[in-house]
Amino acid sequence: MDFNDTPEEAAYRAQVRAWLEANAPKRPVGGDDGEGGGSMAASKAWQAKKAAAGYAQITWPKEWGGQGGTPIQQVIFNAEEASYPVPPNPFQIGLGMCVPTVATFADQATKDRFVGPALRGEEIWCQLFSEPSGGSDVAAARTKAVRAPDGSGDWLISGQKVWTTGAQFSDYGIVVCRTNPAAPKHKGLTMFWVDMHDAGIEVKPIHQMSGGSGFNEVFFTDVRVKDSQRLGAVDDGWKVSLVTLMNERLAVGGASGAGWREFLEAARGVAGIDGQPAVKDQALREKLADWYVQAEGLRHTRNRTMTALSRGQTPGPESSIGKIVSAMQMQELGNAALEMLDEYGIVSDPDLAPLHGGFHTSVMFAPGLRIAGGTDEILKNIIAERVLGLPGDIRVDKDVPFKDMPTGR
Amino acid sequence: MNFDFSDDQKFLKAEARRFLDANCPPARVRAVLDDDAKPYDEALWKAVAGQGWLGAAIPEEYGGLGLGRLELCVLAEELGRAVAPIPFASTVYILAEAVMLAGDEAQKAEILPKVAAGELIGALATSEGPGVLTPAALKASVSGGKLTGAKIPVTDGDIAHLALVLAKENGRPGLFLVDLNGPGVTREPLKTLDPTRDAARITFAGAAATRLGPAGEGFALLEQVLDRAAVLIAFEQCGGADRCLEMAKAYALERYAFGRVIASYQAIKHKLADMYVKNELARSNAYYGAWALNTGAPELPLAASAARIAASEAFWFASKENIQTHGGIGFTWEMDCHLYYRRSRQLSLVAGAPRVWKERLVSHLERRNAA
Repeated sequence: MDFNDTPEEAAYRAQVRAWLEANAPKRPVGGDDGEGGGSMAASKAWQAKKAAAGYAQITWPKEWGGQGGTPIQQVIFNAEEASYPVPPNPFQIGLGMCVPTVATFADQATKDRFVGPALRGEEIWCQLFSEPSGGSDVAAARTKAVRAPDGSGDWLISGQKVWTTGAQFSDYGIVVCRTNPAAPKHKGLTMFWVDMHDAGIEVKPIHQMSGGSGFNEVFFTDVRVKDSQRLGAVDDGWKVSLVTLMNERLAVGGASGAGWREFLEAARGVAGIDGQPAVKDQALREKLADWYVQAEGLRHTRNRTMTALSRGQTPGPESSIGKIVSAMQMQELGNAALEMLDEYGIVSDPDLAPLHGGFHTSVMFAPGLRIAGGTDEILKNIIAERVLGLPGDIRVDKDVPFKDMPTGR
Repeated sequence: MNFDFSDDQKFLKAEARRFLDANCPPARVRAVLDDDAKPYDEALWKAVAGQGWLGAAIPEEYGGLGLGRLELCVLAEELGRAVAPIPFASTVYILAEAVMLAGDEAQKAEILPKVAAGELIGALATSEGPGVLTPAALKASVSGGKLTGAKIPVTDGDIAHLALVLAKENGRPGLFLVDLNGPGVTREPLKTLDPTRDAARITFAGAAATRLGPAGEGFALLEQVLDRAAVLIAFEQCGGADRCLEMAKAYALERYAFGRVIASYQAIKHKLADMYVKNELARSNAYYGAWALNTGAPELPLAASAARIAASEAFWFASKENIQTHGGIGFTWEMDCHLYYRRSRQLSLVAGAPRVWKERLVSHLERRNAA
């Protein structure tokens, strides 16, 4: 038991370090708007450089422009890359989820057309799954695709998607649509790729409760797509979406922002209940210990996952616990910091609040993190069903034609 | 990255489980639970000694197997899973580790071979009553090699041969080895929350005491001893917590209510998912503790604290929610749920309650992250 690279991993790390030292920026370039945007030109330039050297998608096969590498090599690259001030990466949803779906289900010409430009960062993709009527229940999608009445075999897509990351700067997207409302919900969906520059597509930013706008609503009005843009068979879109979502699980990240270190630092400079620094308050010390233990537990759970990857194994279910724990901690830790400030805790002005308002940001962003990429409740269902092998929920909508399903608002 | 046990260590773990399935089924634990005159399972103790487990981490020159602490960790996990009613922690994690840490050559040569052979049971005697013991409040004292004072409770105090006792000498705290069968020692068994583990009140009236380690550094040395023990106990707790989750899952899958198995209700599914999350966090922290213990890393105090806190929380949660999942039957004496509930309390309280460890952890963090 140790934290060392195998000889092969060490050699790969050395190779990656040498390349990064010669090619990565030493000072921040472009800037970052905090919502995954920033300077798109800088992001694209860095992506092109990585693609030319085979580092854009290390695990992809060589014919797609990857290295045919292992997941642990990708982990090594990511870790080394993180020590340079590289620009934000708006390509990961496309490369991690959309393009693999296209590559699995599209014809050779389509693959040849899209894989390279996506890899080089020339074209950006988004994933159009969630809808106002279906977040956790993705298969309840209502956005419909019908055959064009002109007999061309084309499809017309109408409806609304929501919480689409990066739609405002995406060139293409994959969209799951209802094609057969008479079939049960999982059996009447079809997947297409679409050109996001189509005149029938309107992208509107969502004003989040946290104040920012990192996501979008996307409206489709009679968007015409060729039948050749279909991914998988008609009404087989659920299976296609499972391929996409399987890749999503590999891309899920945890919470960042203020943690136990920042709390400890802040608690040293704030007066506590008895006039001593708040860090001497016993109740806060116990919470601090709990957060440290949770954070360490997650850090070493990641180390266990990496060990499985290093040994060429599929990571165990332990990797599924990260977001549940970190999102909840972000909310609780942020709130405890605010309470520590007493009345002053309402002041979120970055010029006046500790950590430039970082604890306030945690409190206001954590509700979204507890929902995004699988709510706390869905993730617990996943652990219960896929890890522990408990029965799935009773599905009252399983055999009901979609059009007859009860709906609320 | 190689943050896992080796194939050999996993093989040892599987062998240990097979051995304990055969030699320590719940009926054997209950035999100790139900018989006030039976403080531990002597036959199991002898059998465990025969397997070489007592000397797993003791060097071969002292009669042990000369394996590392990682091997001891996998054995600990299986002993915790089986709620083994033997003085393994007191003897192996605490006494033997303390002697290896601070003993002189004569002490090692005298004590370690006997531990490895199963001829010597150890005990740690620190507490003198309710509350957290501080240097200022410590009453037991040694003068001219004779110990006077009372310790309560002493886990395995009624069956142990040799105690590691915290006492003052010349007004400064030290750790002392005391032969509990010698003159000047009186022991009374105690009724405790977990009758599958022995405990006693021990009164010393001029009992012969030999110092272990340097004079005047009793509390500092005790912390080092407890850091080591905490990691190993954390593995026992992880083993127990995982067993609770298995029991809860098995029962939820066979119990019907309102026309379907209760495992199909989200209230139960989410409860079991919560157990799983806590158990995994505990396991990951315990692994880090194992690494720090095995390599003697300077991170050991923090790693041990985190391991103990996470494992105490996980075992407490799993043991109480296991009973809850079982419903009424879980509250009966006949079901095994309470064996784990009792043991979870025993393991969390001896060697320092979690809140004491949380304070220690934050103190370490403050020093390490000094402004």
